[in-house]
Amino acid sequence: MSEPISALNHASYDGIAKVEECGLQGMITLRGDLSDKVLAKAVKDATGQKVPGQREALVKGDTGVCWMSPDELLVLVQYAEVNAKLADIAGALSGTHALAANVSDARAVFRVSGPNAREVLGKLAPVDLSPDAFQPGQIRRSRLAQVAGAFWMDDAETFRVVCFRSAADYVFKLLKVAAQPGSEVGFY
Amino acid sequence: MLTLKCPFTGAMLDETELHCGGEAHRKRFGPGSSDEDFETYMFVRENRKGVHFELWLHAYGIGKWFIAARDTETLEVYGTYPAQTTEPPQDIKDAITAKRPGWSWREFE
Repeated sequence: MSEPISALNHASYDGIAKVEECGLQGMITLRGDLSDKVLAKAVKDATGQKVPGQREALVKGDTGVCWMSPDELLVLVQYAEVNAKLADIAGALSGTHALAANVSDARAVFRVSGPNAREVLGKLAPVDLSPDAFQPGQIRRSRLAQVAGAFWMDDAETFRVVCFRSAADYVFKLLKVAAQPGSEVGFY
Repeated sequence: MLTLKCPFTGAMLDETELHCGGEAHRKRFGPGSSDEDFETYMFVRENRKGVHFELWLHAYGIGKWFIAARDTETLEVYGTYPAQTTEPPQDIKDAITAKRPGWSWREFE
């Protein structure tokens, strides 16, 4: 049995914000009718969270659920549990029109933390990241320079960023450049 | 720079995270249709100064198509709605009429 390893194996960088690759994170893409009670129960059983509303991210640590589109959720679970949780979800949804797939190894997850975390993300994504417009509990899917990515805030100074694993090195370098010492803009 | 409100997520999307799909509300003419109808479907496009309806895809995001009603002259955006809509919703028609009385675009007015 080979040992699973994340895209950049906990690489980190300290600048105006701390950028870390979070390591292995269990991720399940769940598509279906989000108003469906069976789906809501499957999400509750897997994560302890309700089905998030539009653009909501209900995440505690490495467990939670994010709203990805009107018919798609991203279920976050511990990496070691992902197969068991996936089987539970798939079993619960066997009678409904829905799809659950393990995408843990297809993605990379970063954490950007520090008082300037907003600045770092604000340089890379065409999104209004002012505290009035973007708060913990919200998720936004957008682009990070030239690749697709999603991010949410764990608290007022911490972002979690998800991108495709194939773009992990690119995104880490982007975040490093955006977090260079002395590159504070002071906009937010 | 164009900023469009996504009708699915409510987020304000920047032009750079979108992909334009050309003219909206095209009516498909398939096998058995007349050559004129197929030619219209395939080749004939509006190229307006003023009110225009376009398809847009949130390519770097949720990956869904929507339609934007906007003005090519003033760059004003009248509204957006899901691409599954066959006719512009009444509130968007009203918004256009308020700014451009007597407008028409293909079969809509």
